[in-house]
Amino acid sequence: MSDESVLIEFDNVQKVYPNGTVGLKDINLKIHEGEFVAVVGLSGAGKSTLLRTINRMHDITGGDLKIDGASITGYKGKELRNLRRSVGMIFQDFNLVNRSSVRRNVLSGRVGYYSTWKSSLGLFSAEDKQRAVDALKRVNMLEKLYTRVDELSGGQQQRVAIARALMQEPKIMLADEPIASLDPLTTTAVMDDLLGLNQELGITVLANLHSVSLAMKYADRIIGLRGGQLVYDKPIAEVSADDFDGIYSEQAEIKGGAVNG
Amino acid sequence: MDKQQLPQRPFAQKYHVKGIGGALVFLALLWGSSVMTGVNWGEFFTNLDQFFDLLSRMAHPAWEYTNIVIQPILETIQMALIGTTIGTVIAIPFSILAARNLIKNSVVRGVIRFILNLVRTLPDLLLAALFVAVVGIGATAGVWTLAVFSFGMISKLFYETIETIDERPLEALRAAGANNTQVVIFAVVPQVLNSFVSYFLYTFEINVRASTVLGYLGAGGIGVYLQRSLSSFRYDQTAVIVLAILVVVIVIDAVSNNLRERLQ
Repeated sequence: MSDESVLIEFDNVQKVYPNGTVGLKDINLKIHEGEFVAVVGLSGAGKSTLLRTINRMHDITGGDLKIDGASITGYKGKELRNLRRSVGMIFQDFNLVNRSSVRRNVLSGRVGYYSTWKSSLGLFSAEDKQRAVDALKRVNMLEKLYTRVDELSGGQQQRVAIARALMQEPKIMLADEPIASLDPLTTTAVMDDLLGLNQELGITVLANLHSVSLAMKYADRIIGLRGGQLVYDKPIAEVSADDFDGIYSEQAEIKGGAVNG
Repeated sequence: MDKQQLPQRPFAQKYHVKGIGGALVFLALLWGSSVMTGVNWGEFFTNLDQFFDLLSRMAHPAWEYTNIVIQPILETIQMALIGTTIGTVIAIPFSILAARNLIKNSVVRGVIRFILNLVRTLPDLLLAALFVAVVGIGATAGVWTLAVFSFGMISKLFYETIETIDERPLEALRAAGANNTQVVIFAVVPQVLNSFVSYFLYTFEINVRASTVLGYLGAGGIGVYLQRSLSSFRYDQTAVIVLAILVVVIVIDAVSNNLRERLQ
């Protein structure tokens, strides 16, 4: 692919945690617009860290990270919040507010577009209320609009979380182990939702996955991490199942020094 | 199985050193305290007939006094309600600033917690004496006393509640570009609201009881009448007041228990 479509660029990125643990080491990586990238690796290989550097939930300690050609490492305040607004994220444990309704959870994905007082009073525009309905319709959860989140199953919660992230109108969707807490059937539904918003809405997706077979089924490209380093990067056409012995070998586990999966 | 393969239990665990040691220290403190304060149990029992004399005089309540008591009892409840509300409103921002999981800056947190500790150190009777001196005798002094007292208590209960919340939704909101206020409104408030209401009711209950004593210092409410009847040795009237307070406490306790159960 040409360099013009590069959306996210890791330039020799380093991440060392305050306690000295190496999270990421010498990462050079270009993610193109519209790609569905699966990130594989053992727990502690740095997958979560890699994802969270993109929305600056983790700060990098060396190198540079560019989105749309602009370095994001120096962003502060409003600039940082606008960056985060353009990057959706879903989590292993869904991270919804259990005591709130589905509707309020989904609308909370939009607060980055509102002033403090307007959002605090719940003064969402009619357009955004409609947007919430559309987002829930997309993940087949509209009938649960007024249900409290703690009454939903895990798979349903993850789809609500996807709807919440869609409210941001993101360019990029980060999925941190999105199906690790789900059963096989709901796994398919959630992965299909992610694929749908990649193919139909053109959102670039980065997903941490434990399962290589799922990565091979859904992704355009697979990258592998081991001990915080990039050890594998191939488009799906060139991937073969044997490739992953290196990433998942016993030896790798001993070498891996990163925290936070 | 080979017996020697089991790991050795440490000495302290085997002979319950911590449990036995703790009990011994407690008993020593108890004995030391009673010796040093010179508590004389005999004196209490030899004067027991005084106690029964008082009880027998209270056994014939002056029921006609009930009508006079109703108005000050209502005033006591009103004082407690206003005082608790003012205290709670001020406590909310303080409890947010004192919560470890919301405020990472330990200096800010330390200053706020120091203020809260200071406020909690002041006994309510001292506060009442202070406010009576400042605003004069009457219900206003009682309201301010209860406001400060509730503030100290509620802010501690609130920030401890905030520290137990699930922090994962906060991460999600931050990742969506929310600012700190929005994170609190959308991810913290829904998680703590029920506990907050529950603690508010609990404090209100305590304040109703406390305000009966505050009247003693001239801070309004039923306490004024309690003091008057005791100092004029009208124990039949005292009995009516005590019974009236009992009824109010039972009713408030029942209502707040009921409300708190529904909040679960």
